[in-house]
Amino acid sequence: MLNEKIITVDHLTKRFAAFTAVDAITFDVYKGEIFGFLGANGAGKTTAMRMLCGLSMPTSGKATVAGFDVYTQNEQIKKNIGYMSQKFSLYEDLTVKENMQLYGGIYGKSNQFIKDKTAFILEQLHLKDEANKLVGSLPLGWKQKLAFSVAIFHEPEIVFLDEPTGGVDPVTRREFWMMIYEAAANGITIFVTTHYMDEAEYCNRVSIMVDGKVEALDTPAMLKQQYQSPTMDDVFLKLARKATRSGD
Amino acid sequence: MYSVEVQHISKSYTVKKATTPALKDISFAVKKGELFGIIGPDGAGKTSLFRILTTLLLADEGTATVEGLDVVKAYKAIREQVGYMPGRFSLYQDLTVKENLDFFATIFNTSVEENYDLIKDIYVQIEPFRDRKAGKLSGGMKQKLALSCALIHRPKVLFLDEPTTGVDAVSRKEFWEMLKRLKEQGITILVSTPYMDEAEMCDRVALMQNGSILSIDTPQQIVASFAQTMLAVRSASMLQLLNKVRASSFVENAYPSGIYHHVILKQQATADQLQQELSAAAFADLEIKKGQPTIEDCFMQLMRI
Ligand SMILES: Nc1ncnc2c1ncn2[C@@H]1O[C@H](COP(=O)(O)OP(=O)(O)OP(=O)(O)O)[C@@H](O)[C@H]1O
Ligand SMILES: [Mg+2]
Repeated sequence: MLNEKIITVDHLTKRFAAFTAVDAITFDVYKGEIFGFLGANGAGKTTAMRMLCGLSMPTSGKATVAGFDVYTQNEQIKKNIGYMSQKFSLYEDLTVKENMQLYGGIYGKSNQFIKDKTAFILEQLHLKDEANKLVGSLPLGWKQKLAFSVAIFHEPEIVFLDEPTGGVDPVTRREFWMMIYEAAANGITIFVTTHYMDEAEYCNRVSIMVDGKVEALDTPAMLKQQYQSPTMDDVFLKLARKATRSGD
Repeated sequence: MYSVEVQHISKSYTVKKATTPALKDISFAVKKGELFGIIGPDGAGKTSLFRILTTLLLADEGTATVEGLDVVKAYKAIREQVGYMPGRFSLYQDLTVKENLDFFATIFNTSVEENYDLIKDIYVQIEPFRDRKAGKLSGGMKQKLALSCALIHRPKVLFLDEPTTGVDAVSRKEFWEMLKRLKEQGITILVSTPYMDEAEMCDRVALMQNGSILSIDTPQQIVASFAQTMLAVRSASMLQLLNKVRASSFVENAYPSGIYHHVILKQQATADQLQQELSAAAFADLEIKKGQPTIEDCFMQLMRI
């Protein structure tokens, strides 16, 4: 792994009225790494991710993504990243092919690029027969794999994945991770949230958020050592049980 | 005595002249007070089944009863006796947490106070946010609210369609402890889940695929009937190791499973044979041991057939 920082986060904070959803988080992500962004429900993962994707303005603190500032350069950020949101991020009433054409178009890719890439993805996902089907009619696992392909369609430097495997069956979940590995091998930095603790083991490094703060960050092996836990599941339980946050 | 009885239920959907079968001649029965799990990939038919049993969808063929009541003829009575938590959110996004709960209590002529003990374990976790609009809750917090709403009228039978999807690992454990307590109060629970560790906590589990039930058994029996040899392997370079075992002629299937890869050997192959093959490839920190199959391994094996 190169020691080149691709995401830098320094005391990044987001408040909704009096409620601090993300509380002065500080960390770096390195180029080409698979970075697991864990935390209990409501810990602030999605909120933090949306700021890093240039979709939501921070209240305070600093962050750069692919060298761009989250306050002033969010348009450049959007062009250089891919984002798969926690809710489903494709157009259900467009076909598989139309979704890819649409995204390619949004990112200003040439017709030839879109054509080649679409053919490649359909082949890779074994979706050739489904190319003209509405996305809404596909099983969830297929949609998620397709959404991931679409999120990296424009060959971004980083892709943010918010619970991409939530609700996905064990077989398809593993196929999804194979796609993540492949993208990482091609140099794309992966920033991923999950509630499946076996998936935490597949990350190079993992951070764990509790009540808006990053409470722990290290490789899975080091975290297990530090918290004297046999599994990441156990590490997570020890940390997440500390949460005390209450309402606004 | 059965709480839910399903006989020869079939259902297909027709979209633009193409007909897809969602349920094919399904039959099973769930005992009163049983915690019954349904697992299967997306599109297996779990949601259609739940919708038929909660009287929201009509089957093409077959019959079903809930608490002795026919799902077609007695749909009104059934609706008062069951709680249903759909997989996709059913909350009013513009109402606050408290307003959502009050709303569901009111339509069933009850109050939150009256049944607070039933929802307490889960509800206390979102109660601090009671004045927040449901639309502004995190994904997992919404699930907790939806479950509280499904329980608020003290149903006899609870249908939960993937209730823990998006719920964090700690809350999932608490959630299942709560289901066990509901079961002790005599509530029958049918629950679908993509988490295989949860299937282990059910009294019985049905495995569904492509609209059919492949098997119904206790988790213990499902695991005990795993017939093949499963190994757990790891090394310093997991991805290379996976590719290597997948390419081996001794291996039927191999996949990541936490810190190990699980390797299912072919019928005639032995652990020693694979050991030799991998040792020859000189993987750093290679470890090979006998694996203990879980429900997840059984499920993945059944899905291959
Ligand atoms: N627009 C908003 N207004 C008010 N509060 C908000 C808003 N968006 C998020 N929050 C609150 O911020 C906190 C963090 O939410 P967030 O969605 O980031 O959590 P998360 O870590 O992604 O959780 P999950 O694992 O459940 O998806 C929650 O308490 C949530 O209710
Ligand atoms: Mg989230």
